[in-house]
Amino acid sequence: MDEIETPTPVLEVRDVSKRFLGVVALDRVSLDLRPGEVHALVGENGAGKSTLIKVMTGVYQPDEGETVYLGQPVSYTRPRDAQAAGISTIYQEVNLVPLLSVARNLFLGREPKSRLGLIDTTRMHRKAAELLAGYGISVDVRRPLGELGLGIQQMVAIARAVSTAARVVIMDEPTSSLEPREVERLFEVVNLLRARQVAVLYITHKLDEVFKLCQRVTVLRDGRLVHTGDVTAITRLRLVAAMLGRDVAEVQAHGVTSFGEEHQRRDDRPVLEANGLTRRHVLDSVSIGIRRGEVVGLAGLLGSGRTETAKAIFGAQPLDHGSVSVAGRPLRLGSPQAAIGAGIAMLPEDRKAEGIVPNLSVRENIVLAALPALTRAGFVSERRQDELVTTFISRLRIKASSPDQPVAELSGGNQQKVLLARILCLDPKVLILDEPTRGIDVGAKAEVQSLIDDLAGKGLGVLLISSELEEVVEGADAVVVLKDGAVVGTLRRDEIGEDRIMELIAQAGRASEGGADG
Amino acid sequence: MDEATLTRTLPAQRDLRGWLGDRGVYLALALLVAFNLAFTANFATVGNLRLQLIQVVPVAIVALGMALVIGTEGIDLSVGATMAIAAALLPLYLGYGPWVAIPVALAAGGVVGLVNGGLVAFVGVQPIVATLGLLVAGRGIALVIAQGRLTELFDPTLAAIGTDRVAGIPITVLIAGAVAGLVGLVVRRTTFGRRVVAIGGNRGASVLAGLPVRRTLVVVYVVSGLLAALAGILDTARLSAADPSFVGLLIELSAITAVVVGGTPLSGGRVRILGTLAGALLMQLISATLIKHDLPDSTARMIAAAIIIAAVYLQRPRVAT
Repeated sequence: MDEIETPTPVLEVRDVSKRFLGVVALDRVSLDLRPGEVHALVGENGAGKSTLIKVMTGVYQPDEGETVYLGQPVSYTRPRDAQAAGISTIYQEVNLVPLLSVARNLFLGREPKSRLGLIDTTRMHRKAAELLAGYGISVDVRRPLGELGLGIQQMVAIARAVSTAARVVIMDEPTSSLEPREVERLFEVVNLLRARQVAVLYITHKLDEVFKLCQRVTVLRDGRLVHTGDVTAITRLRLVAAMLGRDVAEVQAHGVTSFGEEHQRRDDRPVLEANGLTRRHVLDSVSIGIRRGEVVGLAGLLGSGRTETAKAIFGAQPLDHGSVSVAGRPLRLGSPQAAIGAGIAMLPEDRKAEGIVPNLSVRENIVLAALPALTRAGFVSERRQDELVTTFISRLRIKASSPDQPVAELSGGNQQKVLLARILCLDPKVLILDEPTRGIDVGAKAEVQSLIDDLAGKGLGVLLISSELEEVVEGADAVVVLKDGAVVGTLRRDEIGEDRIMELIAQAGRASEGGADG
Repeated sequence: MDEATLTRTLPAQRDLRGWLGDRGVYLALALLVAFNLAFTANFATVGNLRLQLIQVVPVAIVALGMALVIGTEGIDLSVGATMAIAAALLPLYLGYGPWVAIPVALAAGGVVGLVNGGLVAFVGVQPIVATLGLLVAGRGIALVIAQGRLTELFDPTLAAIGTDRVAGIPITVLIAGAVAGLVGLVVRRTTFGRRVVAIGGNRGASVLAGLPVRRTLVVVYVVSGLLAALAGILDTARLSAADPSFVGLLIELSAITAVVVGGTPLSGGRVRILGTLAGALLMQLISATLIKHDLPDSTARMIAAAIIIAAVYLQRPRVAT
């Protein structure tokens, strides 16, 4: 254990290159992780972050370059070998078994055994509870993991990876599904690891996290290393500029988000009215009104009922009672088809599970919802289909090798644009956007934000859900704040501010349990 | 165990494997034909080719419906039993003429599909369970209808459908070809075909995109039932006898094999019509080749099993990063 006291890197990659079918994913990238540091790895989607960590953990073999761990050149061929050697990875998607208990998940593959070689359940449950208590979580560890909220599942994944006496911990956007309270807890855990001389590679899209948590930062762009150095030696603006490959002055002109000023409403009649949406234990009489050209933000913590409200309006969430009308006409609830017919379009929160159809091409994904309009006597009109697809690929600047490319091969930001194209080609009156910029790179994010402005400017009503407060604050003309499935306040124009939203959430009774899904 | 190790395959390997999973059936078929041309006596005769095609018809027709079902990430185990029900109904209604009996038998297949589709789409039963019920019960129903007997049929129209040729091609083969063309057109060009693969690829996304998911699923199972009934009718016509005990026995396995070997993954989201036909032909030729070379049918089954395993292996999920 001598080497961890020295400043030599614990894990280092040197001049690593990786190509996929001739496409360069990594181009001579070098990176070193020192014991006791939190090293941020940032970059737009497609910059090569994922490839780099996969090379480090043995998922991919590099075409060139080497990996040095604890002073020895290593070549892991399986992630398991890297894990056994002390390099733990926490992936963005929770890679656990939903049907098994929390305790089983924590100790999967290394369960405490009784003398007979059977799993010592009592001991396992006790150790699991202790382990989680260390992260400030108290849940019944015998419950199936899948019954718990995403935030808790993420913490279980972290607890699992970190408890294996790791020397290096790689975290891939660990906060993307966490509540603010859980984020704080995660930061404490990361700092604890740092104190234990663990090297943490922290991949994130959130600049706040870089400056709050990390000591060094490395920026990748298009598979190349464009910056590496101490966090204290770089400004936010320069960091954003490095990620985007743009001038500092240019970024300055854009601001933090790409939202412009207020939207001009064309008239005051509501285009969407939802009244008294109620579902036992989920929604409690939620009412929302959106006017033409207005962006209404839906704020609240994970589990506050934001997604459920969106889905209820769209007909994808069962309701006990409530009503929705579009441009004054009552909508039949419980049918996405009816909602689409009435002019509502929704961008779902979970891009992978509810958005893209991975086996289909970009073209087929874009026109999926618009198929009825493209159908003549049961056949798909190829001409009209291609017109739509060409229009939206250029309008949203979707980067695909051709409309025939399988959508699964696109980066997250481009997949999101495909989904936006899918709902926009319905020519909707009301857009419901559930986390439209989650998990996409800075460039795509800015484009999506400007697009929302643009659409509102054209008279669409927009319901915007985002866990990033600044997005709601800067992008919305009115903000409805939800808590525990009920509206706790509505802010208009000048009242809107991050502090006011947080006050409203804090005011209304006790803190939420954090067990429900967002 | 470890998901990451499954997806670790190198691109070059992945491409070859992907190609084999997609198109390997044509290569296998070509190799088998070449083998037969070289080593099997009387293989390249009109009579033999015609015989092979006639024998492949029921599997091919059933497999075309099965391909649609599998495309939606479903499966239909009841097809053999449906053939038996159609066969059992024919003699009962032949008294009113074949143009009454045939639609009745087809309708019965449609009803079976309606039950399957209803269970899958509206009740939410898993396809394998929903169709298992009628796999078990269906043949029983057929035997009750036929009072457990083999019935010889003496209808000239039916016999003509079963055995006549047009321009040297058996009518049953022409019917199978027409069905294949129709299903292929539906899959490639129609909205319905697009819905089938979308539902198989991501059902949740299909619901949120406003697709009529349930209706589509019901139609898919009804089509499978109709095609199974058609296969039962053609088989009965060819034999001029309704034999509910044996018609279509274990055909669900051959059909699933043909579909999967032909490049349609069991996980849904894609339908390969030409591949399915090639798969059916491949299975038929394997058993014919072995019989010609005096190897027992049991060997043919083992080879078929090996081919299924190989096909499923080649179609393991490829991109999961």
